[in-house]
Amino acid sequence: MSRVASAIAVAMTLGAGALASGATTPDDAVLAAQGERAAAIAKASAATVAIFDASGGGGGSGVLISSDGLALTNFHVTAPCGPAMKCGLNDGKLYDAVIVGIDPVGDVALIQLLGRDDFPTAEIGDSDAVRVGDWAFAAGNPFLLADDFTPTITYGMVSGLHRYQEPAGTLLEYTDCIQTDAAINPGNSGGPLFDAQGRLIGINGRGSFEKRGRVNVGVGYAISINQVMRFLGHLKSGRILDHASLGATVATQDDGRVVVDDILETSDAFRRGLQYGDAIIRFADRDVTSANGLKNALGVYPSGWRVPITWRREGETFTAAVRLSGVHDEAELIALVQQEHADPSDPGPGEPPRPRDDKSPDGEPAPKRPMPGFDSLGNKPKLPEAVAERYVARHGYANYWYNEQQQQRLWRGYLEQSAAEGAGYDWRLRGALETGGAFTLTIAENDADLALPTGRFKAAFSGDVSQQLSPPRSGGFLLAIHAWQRLLDKGLSRFGEVYYLGRLPHGADNRVEDCLAGLFEGMETRFFFADDSGALTGIELFSADDADPCEITFADFVEAGGRRLPRRWLVRQGDAVFAEFVISDWTLAAVAASTASESTAGEH
Amino acid sequence: MDRRLPLCRASLALAAAAALSGLTAARPLLAASLHDAIRDAQRKVVKIYGAGGLRGLEAYQTGLLISAEGHVLTVQSYVLDTDEVAVVLDDGRRFKAEILGVDPVRELAVLKLAVEDAALPFFDLPSSAVAQPGDRVLAVSNLFGIAAGDEPVSVLQGVVAAVAPLNAWRGAFQSAFHGDVYIVDAAANNPGAAGGALVNLHGELLGVLGKELRSQSTGAWLHYATPIDQILGAVEAMRSGRSLRTEPARDAAPAEPLALADVGVVLVPDVLPRTPPYIDAVLPKSRAQEAGLRPDDLIVFVDGEPTASCSAVTAAVGRREKFDAVRISVLREGRLIEETLDPPAAAAADAHAEHSVEGNPPLDGSADESAPPRPSPDVNE
Repeated sequence: MSRVASAIAVAMTLGAGALASGATTPDDAVLAAQGERAAAIAKASAATVAIFDASGGGGGSGVLISSDGLALTNFHVTAPCGPAMKCGLNDGKLYDAVIVGIDPVGDVALIQLLGRDDFPTAEIGDSDAVRVGDWAFAAGNPFLLADDFTPTITYGMVSGLHRYQEPAGTLLEYTDCIQTDAAINPGNSGGPLFDAQGRLIGINGRGSFEKRGRVNVGVGYAISINQVMRFLGHLKSGRILDHASLGATVATQDDGRVVVDDILETSDAFRRGLQYGDAIIRFADRDVTSANGLKNALGVYPSGWRVPITWRREGETFTAAVRLSGVHDEAELIALVQQEHADPSDPGPGEPPRPRDDKSPDGEPAPKRPMPGFDSLGNKPKLPEAVAERYVARHGYANYWYNEQQQQRLWRGYLEQSAAEGAGYDWRLRGALETGGAFTLTIAENDADLALPTGRFKAAFSGDVSQQLSPPRSGGFLLAIHAWQRLLDKGLSRFGEVYYLGRLPHGADNRVEDCLAGLFEGMETRFFFADDSGALTGIELFSADDADPCEITFADFVEAGGRRLPRRWLVRQGDAVFAEFVISDWTLAAVAASTASESTAGEH
Repeated sequence: MDRRLPLCRASLALAAAAALSGLTAARPLLAASLHDAIRDAQRKVVKIYGAGGLRGLEAYQTGLLISAEGHVLTVQSYVLDTDEVAVVLDDGRRFKAEILGVDPVRELAVLKLAVEDAALPFFDLPSSAVAQPGDRVLAVSNLFGIAAGDEPVSVLQGVVAAVAPLNAWRGAFQSAFHGDVYIVDAAANNPGAAGGALVNLHGELLGVLGKELRSQSTGAWLHYATPIDQILGAVEAMRSGRSLRTEPARDAAPAEPLALADVGVVLVPDVLPRTPPYIDAVLPKSRAQEAGLRPDDLIVFVDGEPTASCSAVTAAVGRREKFDAVRISVLREGRLIEETLDPPAAAAADAHAEHSVEGNPPLDGSADESAPPRPSPDVNE
């Protein structure tokens, strides 16, 4: 396993000896380089985790990324473990750990080690800055060798970048991964790949073996850390995540163009103007030169992300921000996860077995445990107390406990910092449109009335609410405001089903912020909250799966009557701005019908 | 800004390592140049696609651009055994390749791409470099077919462990080539890697990665590359048209063509468009029997000319005069065996040439070079 590393060490030692020829002191540069490498390995080793299932049998590796114990690993490492696992660090101690969230398509899982708030952490690198030829090292627990949890270090080179590996079985698809000749063996799965300075650049999870058995033959793959970090906010939600799909398929033509050969008319890409026969030239700031290249660029995004896409049609170039849908629908994804658990992916033809250690050291297959969220209550193993405190099984979630925590965090932050509680249903707003002209908005529990220079628009919030999408071309602006009021009034528990979605880009500037999703009357409404102030920064109302949502972005927050309110509302649907409201007066009639009105400050 | 800093530190370490190896001290090595050297080498390596595709028989291998006009050096293998050999350059351009010539002993082939611009990056074989044990090397290839289209091929690193003749492994590894090769500690010779480049840290070509070789006694895979100086002459011959394959075609039709029956070889019934030319029977007291050919041998070359089918064998033999000696290479239980069928008059006088690479593996591990070569015993019988 450490053959490569030792070969380097030996080569350098011999080289030093040869030159010194009599002298006994190695060159300072060699000592300095050695010292730096040793320091990088020491730092990296402290954050490397040896993961075992609850019985101490099969396992893999992981890496700590936060001092409160959040650690990354592979989904295929945690899948057989159930909600609880045991994690060893190089301090020689074994810690309880609990599943947090899983990304089964990307083969990533987030777990939390328990019992400390000062866990050592890996420094997060930038995998987009990695180059072929960079030195790199893997840390982990290949063949479950370490009794004291000291990770095995294997040194090597970055052999390739942006590698695409076909899905093994039905689920695990490695896109845009880092290829290295640092030895990746069974048990290294889920462990970190570091650059020469000890910065985390990837999560090891797979290798090419073919006919040479399940040991390293110089080709290992790591999921790029930039992809993982993009999913991290979602992973913290405790959900079962899905990857992004464009809603279109492409083929590389003989002339090298990457051409759309099928597109779903319900997809956002289609609504943004992408058509059959168009040649995609850029995706999310990357040039697209092959179908594989597009799969690579696409696979690093979670479902729901929005990215810029550029395409060409008859010499003309188009660019649009496209909202990506999921690869699987939710039921399909959950079924696949269950299947993956019951019968781990058989690597497809030509694709060797992945480096996973599903065998206990004596060679017997580790006992399979039910997936979190799907286990029948009858045969559930007893969880360690620390894990039981942080685990709530729920259909569709890896661990609902974390979702609840995030919901509460956002909700409390919003209520406290914006003093949003008790805003009631009766609002009267006046102001001007950015494009000129005055407006008034009067909204109550059951209806709303918007007066614009172009006319008056009404909505009634009774009966089939999902049809109340006025004004036209707003996507349901009045209904979105109603959803906001409903959330304020009913809270997390009575709004409808509310869950923490994760972190997602939204608004005109594609800012990535925390998102609560709420379902009522068959519609999904997403509420975005600012990291610093906890303020509500945006609402997206999806009246139907195949319709552009109403997007409201709030800005220019002012203190008014003890509350923190946005003065500027930008309302968009699809590619077009519906209106930008600048509010000069905002009267909230409190729930208790108090006569005290609260007005925003005037122009400033 | 701060991205540069680590690179500089890495470069310092590398420079120190390279300088201290004592061999490259004259050329200070910077990390930037290592990356450049890798990129430069990748551009001169091509992906080759051809026959195969069954399990264990990958339909791809690697090749090296050796001229600006599109000459490609690669290994001779079943992958080339098709009229539709495709070569994909580093920039993603795809060409159909014509096979100019093959060298059955070194198991090499030279292909020609129909390029128009004649400005391809290439390895200049005569100015290639040499390495010694202990030198750091890079293996640049499309192992496992990982790269496709314009994706750069893979780069693995390692050290030259030894420079040793392949027949030091006599019997343990099946190879027709007996010259010195670089034995490397990198996992260089994986499926699809054959024909790739072994380069030094400056990107200078050292050797051609060989086909997969596995010891039949230990199961170990050998990682090696054939040094350029061992193959330079053969490559020049193949490239300049003095190819073993094209040679017979230029000859005038023989006055008295040789027939398979004359040498005592009976092939299997020719029932397919490309029936594999297995020997069905060897006539008693024939030249073939004297030379040691046997039923079930697969004829792969006649005088160095690849013979993919029964009809190709018949045609190749038929291009010789009745009085010609003919060299026949067969595959027998995975080993390439070359026999010369002497003309009838001389057959009694001269012992037949024996080029078999067979031999008993030195099971005690001590290859005694002074021991007399064994006359082609078949250890499996």
